[in-house]
Amino acid sequence: MEPPPRDPASVSRRRFLIHTGALTTGIAAEVRLPMSEAAMPAQAAGGESEMRLRVNGQVHALRLDPRVSLLDALRDHLGLGGSKKGCGHGQCGACTVLVDGRRINSCLALAIAQEGREVTTIEGLAAGGKLHPVQAAFVAHDGFQCGYCTPGQVISCVAMLEEARRGDASAVTADLDAAPLLDDAEIRERMSGNLCRCGAYVNIVAAARDAARRA
Amino acid sequence: MQPFAYLRADRIEDAIAASGPDARFLAGGTNLVDLMKSEVERPLRIVDISRLPLDRITETREGGVRIGALVPNADCANHPLVRERHPLLSRALLSGASPQLRNMATTGGNLLQRTRCYYFMDAAFDACNKRRPGSGCAAREGRNRIHAILGASEQCIATHPSDMAVALAALEAVVEVHGPRGARRMPMEDFHRLPGATPQRDTTLEPAELVVAVEIPPGSFARASTYLKVRDRASYAFALVSVAAALDLRDGRVHEARIALGGVAHKPWRAREAEALLRGATPGEAAFDAAARASVAGARPYRDNAFKVTLAQRTVARALRVAAGIA
Repeated sequence: MEPPPRDPASVSRRRFLIHTGALTTGIAAEVRLPMSEAAMPAQAAGGESEMRLRVNGQVHALRLDPRVSLLDALRDHLGLGGSKKGCGHGQCGACTVLVDGRRINSCLALAIAQEGREVTTIEGLAAGGKLHPVQAAFVAHDGFQCGYCTPGQVISCVAMLEEARRGDASAVTADLDAAPLLDDAEIRERMSGNLCRCGAYVNIVAAARDAARRA
Repeated sequence: MQPFAYLRADRIEDAIAASGPDARFLAGGTNLVDLMKSEVERPLRIVDISRLPLDRITETREGGVRIGALVPNADCANHPLVRERHPLLSRALLSGASPQLRNMATTGGNLLQRTRCYYFMDAAFDACNKRRPGSGCAAREGRNRIHAILGASEQCIATHPSDMAVALAALEAVVEVHGPRGARRMPMEDFHRLPGATPQRDTTLEPAELVVAVEIPPGSFARASTYLKVRDRASYAFALVSVAAALDLRDGRVHEARIALGGVAHKPWRAREAEALLRGATPGEAAFDAAARASVAGARPYRDNAFKVTLAQRTVARALRVAAGIA
């Protein structure tokens, strides 16, 4: 994390602190922000915030700088190193996790903004010592080489199957209203947010095809 | 990343009241958080608006479609009302970004995303009038393959990167914003602006104004429309040139035409001259080629992007043929 601000605007900072105090104690007089109880009070820039994250069914209480991404919270503060940091800019997909069942790039999500949501990482897929069917398909088809992108690929594939099941179209779907059929062209398009620099795409597509057939 | 105070709003009024010159609204975060990481954006306060009740798509009394500002791009593309009435918008959305990003990115955020000009995106470059007003434009004399051919200025030749906004421009959508002085609505065409001498402003939004919804009026373009995106790779890339084309065909003639281009200007580029040429014309190669030429009237390319002038014409002509079903 970067050093504290070189020259934080003192006026702004004071205003935050005033707001923080007024909001948390419920004093109405000078408060410009009539936040309801559910709203989160303002924190001073540069401070840390209490947050509760629900990951793989477990709730964790954390105290983190609001700049911490969901990915860094998972890896550096919760010991869940399965999700990988590839580019840090939402371009490679190695950090893909599910939030409320939807695949997202966790490197572009602030941890604090995920409160109240259910995060599922690669560590949360297997149940009762048994691999998730998509994990098993990647093993069966050797859908990786170095393995760095694999957690993101697997999570993304799990989400892809769910999206297709509920009828979501893709850019290559000919008929927007037809039930999507996950052929190789659909799989390639729908998995295009996950890069593999080893180039194991042939086997990744095979694994996804197999998982789709069994889904 | 510069430290910031984080505040979560659960009412629109709270979000607006919490805004300010050093604040940014956070929705999906796909563009903002990325720009904060590279310190192109340095807000002192983040107002998280992702919990505001703006995530619905509904039908308006007039038969239009109202899309809440926080509807994720993926949900918008796959919503039955959008698919059936405005497949052009579904297609534009599905052509953009990746599934992960479409799950995060919102309608309002998509409109407000910043240019992907290399010199804007990288704070190591000194000259960028959009990032540092008055510092110059490195792109004019630098690498400008992805830059504007229409409506640019001495100060900025950046393009707007959105696919969604191009479709919305063609569909004559209306943007509803709320601010300290109340609500107002403006046509898509007036939402984004040309760079002129103040390229630091992408839109006509006033300080603390928040996009709350986009409304698409009822229209007769559903059957004969297409979004054609040309890019460097088959998926997950920004448009070099994109075209939203929509035709209202009646009795073998073009009753009304809509053409908007992406990747060519600082805003979605409505080709009104081309549309006027098509009105009343018999759909076919001759009319479409004439419209294609008119679409790039006044184009001014730079060192690396002259190809876009030809590419844009070809893309317009082909999009019109596809829309008319004679491709």
